[in-house]
Amino acid sequence: MSFKKALSAASPLTLRVVAECPVTKARACDLVLPHSAVSTPVFMPVGTQGTLKGITVDQLEGLGCHICLGNTYHLGMRPGPDLIEKANGLHGFMNWKRNLLTDSGGFQMVSLVELSEVTEEGVKFKSPYDGKEILLSPEKSISIQNSLGSDIMMQLDDVVSSTVTGPRVEEAMHRSIRWLDRCIAANKNPDKQNLFAIIQGGLNAELRRTCLDEMTKRDVPGFAIGGLSGGEEKDDFWRMVTLSTDHLPREKPRYLMGVGYAVDLVVCVALGCDMFDCVFPTRTARFGSALVPWGSLQVKQKQYAKDLQPIDPDCKCPTCKRHSRAYLHALFKSDTAAMHHITIHNIAYQLTLMRSVRQSIVEGRFPEFIRTFMKRMFPSRDQYPSWAVDALASVNVTLE
Amino acid sequence: MDSGSLQVFMIPVLYCALHDPAAACPTGYTTNKTVSVWGSGGRIELTVAKFMALQKTVQPDWYQSMADGETWQSNTSRKRVRKSVDRTLAHLDECLLEHQKSQELEGVEVFGVVEGGDILEERIRSAKETAKRPVAGFCLDGLQTGCMEQALRTQLITAVTKELPEDKPRLLQGVGRPDEVLACAEAGVDLFESFFPFQVTERGCALCFDYDVSPDPERAGRAPPAVLELEENRETAVVAQQNGDLNLDERTQMTSFEIDLKDKRYQDDFRPLVEGCGCYCCKNHQRAYLHHLLVTNELLAGVLLMIHNTAHYLGFFRALREALAGDKLDLLKRRVLREGGRQTERKD
Repeated sequence: MSFKKALSAASPLTLRVVAECPVTKARACDLVLPHSAVSTPVFMPVGTQGTLKGITVDQLEGLGCHICLGNTYHLGMRPGPDLIEKANGLHGFMNWKRNLLTDSGGFQMVSLVELSEVTEEGVKFKSPYDGKEILLSPEKSISIQNSLGSDIMMQLDDVVSSTVTGPRVEEAMHRSIRWLDRCIAANKNPDKQNLFAIIQGGLNAELRRTCLDEMTKRDVPGFAIGGLSGGEEKDDFWRMVTLSTDHLPREKPRYLMGVGYAVDLVVCVALGCDMFDCVFPTRTARFGSALVPWGSLQVKQKQYAKDLQPIDPDCKCPTCKRHSRAYLHALFKSDTAAMHHITIHNIAYQLTLMRSVRQSIVEGRFPEFIRTFMKRMFPSRDQYPSWAVDALASVNVTLE
Repeated sequence: MDSGSLQVFMIPVLYCALHDPAAACPTGYTTNKTVSVWGSGGRIELTVAKFMALQKTVQPDWYQSMADGETWQSNTSRKRVRKSVDRTLAHLDECLLEHQKSQELEGVEVFGVVEGGDILEERIRSAKETAKRPVAGFCLDGLQTGCMEQALRTQLITAVTKELPEDKPRLLQGVGRPDEVLACAEAGVDLFESFFPFQVTERGCALCFDYDVSPDPERAGRAPPAVLELEENRETAVVAQQNGDLNLDERTQMTSFEIDLKDKRYQDDFRPLVEGCGCYCCKNHQRAYLHHLLVTNELLAGVLLMIHNTAHYLGFFRALREALAGDKLDLLKRRVLREGGRQTERKD
């Protein structure tokens, strides 16, 4: 049975490759989605419950964000898909006029709740709110995501921790393929909502290859690389990423899930990824950790009590334009506004980083960018993480 | 008695108060020479010297002089009240001396603080004496919400403002509820602290009382806020007016001027908090969304509510100024306090 669908004239996703790095596998693309165009490589902030931790949609727009994440599991619980449909989808509910990506709910189910059982049917679990047993099947996940109305939906995959080995990994990989087909069949809005497949296979190259071969036979608008960024060795991580991009089609976006540290972003762009998401920048902000080109700055530390510089003198975000480290340091003791200021800065940092990466690819100087970036980030050459050195070497970038 | 019409300041003014009106203040720490304030690190004891050193560093536009305002407890003796008036005057004189000496405070204005607890004679004495000093304005202390009935508060303020010059502003501390504001403005108060919208936000509520008495036909068409839930709230919100100890419940409990957005009824209410409100929250979001943010403990709830509550509160004050200028205070009071008949039902 062929799973190739005829491409509709008005596809809800178009990818235009604007530039390709002649040295690495990096690309700069224009990703056109129903609500707006997104320049890649792109970092997507995570707005779990239909809100980005204290930031208004105006502020998010002002930072130049064109796509952010909503969480199917959380929103499916509260306020539930029916209410959100009444509110004109998640876009209407949170009044976000640009793009939304929703994940399937699979990861939360595994990481957050008491797992009852994974069967071919779906994932059975106990609701944390009323103890009732719920079945999240591929059909149910897509149904919720259809109600949410996101521009990109993720398939329900059989999620297995990257530290797990053995036959369970293979079982999950094959099941994910079968669930992909069920998700495709269940999508009520294929002309408005894009369904992405998620490549699984753990840290096993053979299993990954099989998954890649099979899933790329399906005519989905985009592919995610899943099952990574879960505590595995970085040495294994990058090898699976590069293996995946080697076998994903050029003219479709590649979304590496759960990656957000600056070094990881830069390296994985070099390995051929276009889209990234991670809770790290927004989560760490709430602990007073500000992301900067030379690492991070812990605003709550005593040394900043009298430091009248902004977090980063070169940063153009609203926080750095108006406030000093000393002010934020003091504010943390009394007001939640401190968290918001740092959150804004961290999102700005991530988006600016991606913008600079893209610009360097477009201008044909990405390898140079990488070298400058690493020099700024690490005090000396011997502090460069060896996995990053290896990964970059594999795409022809040597770091002095 | 009209409150004087003051010039509207076009640039924001920074006023330095002694205490945070939104935080309950422990008592028993004032002495003849010191008062205490509480920071994130604990209690800080201030002498006039220390107090003035702080003012010289902060350099506000106005500040209230150091004062002993611990007269609101139920068992405050006459002797204690008298002491607070005497101490406060002594502090004021010391502050003024220091103020006149210091270059850093050039251009900065001092507000004298009127004390006197709930004793009429002491209030008048404090007002008379404070008015003799070269201060730029007057701060009425020890009258905060919860420490006395509004009738007594009105009586005391009326008596106090009689002794104060017409051309200097009167600031009332610790009073922010709309009904109390109306009564106190009528009694001669010009300035109020804006902690009330903050408290409303903290309890996850939104201000929605009507204050529109405009005859302007364009604005007349604006739908009043949904009244039904307000009526129910009024019945359930217990505003216990107790004589005696500061009724903290009165300061933190929900009032009849707001709606509790955590209530299930707002789950699928897709209207803005207040129809016709021009604030960012009402222009962009709906009650159902605010309800969701509160139920899921999201930080954005507080951000949006604070924006709306502040805007609504400031709108109320604008209406109050217009009502005083246009001799429509009674009309405004009826509207805000919803006396004399129900408002129109909400349109569907």
